[in-house]
Amino acid sequence: MAAISSDNHGLRLVTRYVVLTLIALIFVFPLVFMVVSSFKPDLQLLRDASSIRAFLPVGDISTDNYSAAFERAPIGLFVFNSVLVTGVTVLLSLLICSLAAFSFAFLEWKGRNTLLSIIIATLIIPFETIAIPLLLLVSKLPWIGLEGLSVGWLNSYRVQIIPWIADGLTIFLFVQFFKDLPRDLIEASRVEGASWWQIYRRVVMPLSGPVIATAAILKFLVMYNQYLWPLIVVQEETYRPVMVGLQYFFQLNTAWGEVMAYLTIITVPVLAFYLALQRAFIASIASTGVKG
Amino acid sequence: MASKLTTSNRAGWAFALPGFGLLAMFIVVPFFFAFFLSLTNQRLISPNPTEFVGLDNYRNLLGIRVLSIEPEVNAAGEIVRDETGAPEYPRVRTFTRNNPDYPQYAGMREWFRWHSGDTAKVVVARDVVFWKSLRNTLMFVLVVAPVQGALALGLALLINQRLRAINIYRAIYFMPVVVSIVVVSLLWRFLYAEEGLLNSILHGLSFGMFEGRDWLGDPDTALGAIKAMSIWQAVGFHMVIWLSGLQTISPTLYEASAIEGASKWQTFRYVTWPGLRNTAVLVLIVITMQAFALFAQIDVMTNGGPLDSTTTVVFQAVERGYGKQDISGGAAISVILFLLVLTISLIQRYLTREK
Repeated sequence: MAAISSDNHGLRLVTRYVVLTLIALIFVFPLVFMVVSSFKPDLQLLRDASSIRAFLPVGDISTDNYSAAFERAPIGLFVFNSVLVTGVTVLLSLLICSLAAFSFAFLEWKGRNTLLSIIIATLIIPFETIAIPLLLLVSKLPWIGLEGLSVGWLNSYRVQIIPWIADGLTIFLFVQFFKDLPRDLIEASRVEGASWWQIYRRVVMPLSGPVIATAAILKFLVMYNQYLWPLIVVQEETYRPVMVGLQYFFQLNTAWGEVMAYLTIITVPVLAFYLALQRAFIASIASTGVKG
Repeated sequence: MASKLTTSNRAGWAFALPGFGLLAMFIVVPFFFAFFLSLTNQRLISPNPTEFVGLDNYRNLLGIRVLSIEPEVNAAGEIVRDETGAPEYPRVRTFTRNNPDYPQYAGMREWFRWHSGDTAKVVVARDVVFWKSLRNTLMFVLVVAPVQGALALGLALLINQRLRAINIYRAIYFMPVVVSIVVVSLLWRFLYAEEGLLNSILHGLSFGMFEGRDWLGDPDTALGAIKAMSIWQAVGFHMVIWLSGLQTISPTLYEASAIEGASKWQTFRYVTWPGLRNTAVLVLIVITMQAFALFAQIDVMTNGGPLDSTTTVVFQAVERGYGKQDISGGAAISVILFLLVLTISLIQRYLTREK
């Protein structure tokens, strides 16, 4: 009796894993296809695409597509641009948004509730609905640089960075986290004569590792994958990020092998980063849900 | 509640101002700017001064009428019919082009028509492409929101089991979320191609009955193909949100229902689902907002075609505001989009409110 039921149990366990694995295949197969194809010549890539060979590194395997891709487009520059814009925006966003949240969570001041309500209200404005007016706005904004005063932010790093620093979600996540910190800690530091900056710097931020990780990961995903905004504000190659750089690979005859090589170059580092930190990535998405 | 220790107007404003200032400048101002611009004839670069044009932009986008056309009649008063016996109608453009008797139809084009008896009812619009983009976007939202939400819940329930290595599966299901939608769209363009993998799989499964088709090149299947891919890409995101909702449900409730001898379905229906109420509202609203913003997939995969079958509201806003430098037209589309998103979110909130 016991033996039968345990067999049955074993069978059910196997079924479960089979189901889980089949679903997993659905989620990975395009990515496997991408990496495998990046090593194949165009003709073979197209021929293989209609069979299981699409996922197998068989036939004529080489890194020719990669060298060709590097010759066709300034890939190093695009990657540099994306990393720069993403890195600077994430850092500034963490600083500026946590400062604002610190004020909303711990300080009492006139206008606080109004400002916080406005910030929460911006959460329901999809970026796509403000992209066009924002385009006009940034095309008229002044800037003081090394060459003196200039007008218009188009074709620059700043146009890709500054509008993305502050956002309602990041501020909101920090406020929620700060509210759960013990208030006694803050008041005790005040009594001891610590300034607000010292409290922010020495007491609150060192305790905020989890929310910093969450906010950084969410911002990183948004910034590295930017497409619509740089598409409309950056026409010059010098400032172009990776996703917009894809345009280089679509001319009269698309060289699919090179496209796959480029996609692999811009995607695999992110995937590796994700797999290394997958718990933190998933926790960051989950935390937007629990508190939202 | 305000204690002296934490009251400080100066420090409060000083800490909040950089963040709030940037947010006001780059989100709040452009948001109101959109309403203003939509009432003007602003262009991105123009030698002429900007003028206030009232609701013209909205009229040009949304103007729509039904035109009833009677069949052609011959001298004897009989309806003229073609070889198949169908009545013949005068052409729509005899009403919409330079016809002083019908000023209300001037400049409109046919969108679609139906027949009521021998009368043809023709829907004419000032901007047929925009109306198609509205229809496509709504169809996209109406399919993707429930399907993606339900599949994500299914995956969450599957992942929420106590099994060895379950975290590996969770990580894999979530993987497409971290990949750019631009990259995903390109990969799927390949999958959907006439000589692509999808056709050969279907060909194999149907023992050769299925003839391959060009999924993205056919107006009947292009939007559906984009829906399927979009669901694939983002379902992991919502799975994780459902999972975090599932984990807030107390295990004692499950123990109690097991003791009561509840079936799996009863446990889901009376324990799990009620516990997921807030999560459900959140998931639905987030998916809806994301679905309304549909742009990158279209831009990469179809450019709105074939025959405008995949054009969307955001795609139109960008094509006009940026492509044609018609900022005011793009702004008007943006305002319409915002009002749509707001309305749908409010309806969802109302339907899923706590009773």
